[in-house]
Amino acid sequence: MGMTMTEKILARASGRESVKPGDLLLAKVDFAMGHDLTIPPASKIMREQMGATKVWDPERLAVVQDHFQPAKDSASAALGKTTREWAREMGITNYFEVGDGGICHTVLPERGLVLPGELVVGADSHSCTYGALNNFATGVGSTDLACVLSLGELWFRVPETLKFVYHGRLQEWVEAKDLILTVIGQIGVDGARSKAMEHTGDAIQHIDMEGRLTMTNMAIEAGAKNGIIGFDQVTADYLKDRAKRTYSPVESDPDAEYEKVFEFDVSAVELSVAKPMSPDNWAPLSEVVGTKIDQVFIGSCTNSRIGDLRRAAAILKGRHVHPSTRLIVTPSSTETARMAEREGLIRIFMDAGATWTASTCGACLGGHMGVLGEGEVCLSTTNRNFPGRMGHPKALVYLANPVVAAASAVTGEITHPGEVLSREPVAV
Amino acid sequence: MTMVLRGNAWKFGDNVDTDQVIPAKYAIYSLDEKVLGEHAMEGVPDNEGWAKKVSAGDVLVAGSNFGCGSSREIAPVAIRAAGISAVVADSFARIFFRNSINIGFPILQSPQAAEAVEAGDQLEIDLEEGVIRNLTRGDEYHAEPFPQFMAELIKMGGLAPWVRKRLAEKAAAGRR
Repeated sequence: MGMTMTEKILARASGRESVKPGDLLLAKVDFAMGHDLTIPPASKIMREQMGATKVWDPERLAVVQDHFQPAKDSASAALGKTTREWAREMGITNYFEVGDGGICHTVLPERGLVLPGELVVGADSHSCTYGALNNFATGVGSTDLACVLSLGELWFRVPETLKFVYHGRLQEWVEAKDLILTVIGQIGVDGARSKAMEHTGDAIQHIDMEGRLTMTNMAIEAGAKNGIIGFDQVTADYLKDRAKRTYSPVESDPDAEYEKVFEFDVSAVELSVAKPMSPDNWAPLSEVVGTKIDQVFIGSCTNSRIGDLRRAAAILKGRHVHPSTRLIVTPSSTETARMAEREGLIRIFMDAGATWTASTCGACLGGHMGVLGEGEVCLSTTNRNFPGRMGHPKALVYLANPVVAAASAVTGEITHPGEVLSREPVAV
Repeated sequence: MTMVLRGNAWKFGDNVDTDQVIPAKYAIYSLDEKVLGEHAMEGVPDNEGWAKKVSAGDVLVAGSNFGCGSSREIAPVAIRAAGISAVVADSFARIFFRNSINIGFPILQSPQAAEAVEAGDQLEIDLEEGVIRNLTRGDEYHAEPFPQFMAELIKMGGLAPWVRKRLAEKAAAGRR
């Protein structure tokens, strides 16, 4: 019997000929990640509870200062300090300081640290993002990370795979974000619970790497263990000058078994939002057009890469953020910020009256730089809108793509981007 | 670990994510279990001050996909620190499930119990047998058994003792 790409990676990493869903196995980890919220507890558990004094392989771990950094207060400064000192003590080569890296799930792909065929774990739920690069990547907690730090291995249950086959081409304005919101709306926030989501079909070939990362990023929002996409020219081109190691792509066998196959005609996918207070609370944009918003946030590991910023800036150029709202732009990484600077995007955002922040997880998790108050309404390019995610439990968050976010910032209410473009810019 | 737990039920709904279990703003106190316990379940709308009402040993009973969202291990840590002795749910989100087992915190998947138990019911949980007895209603519900490896981890008190043992084995093999 054939295997899916997820099964092949887990078989290889556990030294087995083959595996099947439900198998429990101990597998070698190729790369791991921790950040300023998860390294402090993981390093403590590793040392105090597990008795390990060094990391299994200091070159196979990335440590990123991103969640509450630059530190927002003395408590988060203490976490940053613990993370920094520990990384230094352990000789971690892939350590990303404030001003160097940015958001972990953007930094690892762009630095070529997570590669096809690999088994990757990160102590952060959105670690599933890396699967766009044809690897098995999943989020774990601090004790799991401590186990990997100590041993370089971890236990896994082989997941059932759900196959998503996408046909056709996305319509004008519709992005990978709208597609994945539509999928989650259909299957629900536990629709893929503990399972693998394999994205395939001719439509995927026409979605660039950034869009693919957006799709695998939100696998966790359907409860999935991992999201994964096959290796093709788009993957090869993305990795060409980045990959830090040699790699071996994997593909699913033609006779691989899937728990379920979903077929989507992506040309029928509309501009979409997830309404408060759940990522599966899908609605077509048209249903919520006109909803007044207090804040617009373009940021996070989901949608603030350079392409996202370019498309948002194209809407904002010569226009202004409506006085009834505010726009916060948080670039996904320092590299993204540098590109945005070179291309003049930062000037466009600032001329439009947006604020441009340091690269951090920031407002996405209600951390800092854009936390919402009671009753406030926000349109956000992020991944999650459960109660309290971005601040007060009674704040309301709509999830959408960055172009819808930019257009909505111009009008102060949820707006179709075509509607804004049809108006004359205020100043050219 | 005590194998029989006793306490009153606190009910929550479906898809309670970890931002509701312990809002991210408290993640900066991740090494201070007392603070985490005081703010457990605070992100659930209209649930402020919940932790103060919990008596030691009480049981949290939830719907499906409990603990979805963020991977923060402080979610089960906060619930435990609030005095909750076990979580019973219709189903658990994957990372919360792993984290709970890894830290040796009892969780039981029982759709039957999640459906039948009402807030305030007095429960008695036999962890060894995977049985939840509702002393208020005279009912008995069964929890789904754990696969053998997970059952072993639970017995050992979590993943850390297992890693400690494996490190020792590896060191011994290296000396031979």
